[in-house]
Amino acid sequence: MTVHSVSIVINGKSRTVRNGLTVADLLRDLELHPGMVVVERNRKILAREALQAIPVEEGDRIELVHFVGGG
Amino acid sequence: MVRDTRGDLPFVMGDHAFTSRLIVGTGKYRTNDEMVTAIRASGAEMVTVAVRRVDLDRRREEGILHHLSPDEFFLLPNTAGCYTAEDALRYARLGRAAGLNDWVKLEVIGDERTLLPDTAATLAAAVELVADGFKVMAYTNDDLITAMRLEDAGCVAVMPLASPIGSGLGVVNPYYIREIKRRLTVPVIVDAGVGTASDACVTMEQGVDGVLMNTAIAAASDPVGMARAMKLAVLAGREAYLAGRMAAREIAVPSSPTTGMLDREHG
Repeated sequence: MTVHSVSIVINGKSRTVRNGLTVADLLRDLELHPGMVVVERNRKILAREALQAIPVEEGDRIELVHFVGGG
Repeated sequence: MVRDTRGDLPFVMGDHAFTSRLIVGTGKYRTNDEMVTAIRASGAEMVTVAVRRVDLDRRREEGILHHLSPDEFFLLPNTAGCYTAEDALRYARLGRAAGLNDWVKLEVIGDERTLLPDTAATLAAAVELVADGFKVMAYTNDDLITAMRLEDAGCVAVMPLASPIGSGLGVVNPYYIREIKRRLTVPVIVDAGVGTASDACVTMEQGVDGVLMNTAIAAASDPVGMARAMKLAVLAGREAYLAGRMAAREIAVPSSPTTGMLDREHG
């Protein structure tokens, strides 16, 4: 049986996404430019160059962060 | 020979030389345009930024890199909002992964009411971050011993507070700030507590290398005007420190000659 979707948590919120996505695909679907965000997957920071090679898997906890105003 | 003080030397932190002794934050501005205009008016070269989740629902507020160019400013990621060394390490590494530089403004808070730093956790985090290759600028209390330990840990700058973050109370303990500056070799930047231009001037008169502020500019009625005032105040305080102030005394001393006076009229 083929699994069509996986459940993940992005920035603290549960989401269901298509199965077989890479992290780079996920960013594209979210309309985020890879150069403007940093991705942490299951507490591990991902190198930008590796985003296209890393799959999004069931249960992944993904953090997408960027710079905002601060002191 | 009369010294020309117009040419204050740049101060060096890590592998960078900075001409402006004013470092500014980017938080709490009403608009991004106002932030950018104010920062330019301040003359600051180094600018702090925070690491936060992308808002996936609204995306109304875009990341700050859409407004501030790393080519124009040295962007310094902070660990603001962290209450443990572990969290600070996580935020520092996320900030570094953005690829701008390997610097961090380390901040580990110990108390919500005062936002005073947890100095033990700050020191523990500083040791780990330095070992991990970071250039660490450590926010700390106005405590000499912690400041010395942070220098020993390899921080590129030690940043004691003037008074609590966002309080605008000015320098509550100028003696401690002076003593920290006297005893450390790395640059000492006073971070937090400045409320208005006179506070910035007094801060620089203590002899420190620089001052970091955010709310004093962002929360002014006219942030751009206050940014200009802060630029001038930091310059004025620095020049006054270099010039060496006169001794204070609690009695008047005439400025004009007391000799050569005409005979007094006696009524």
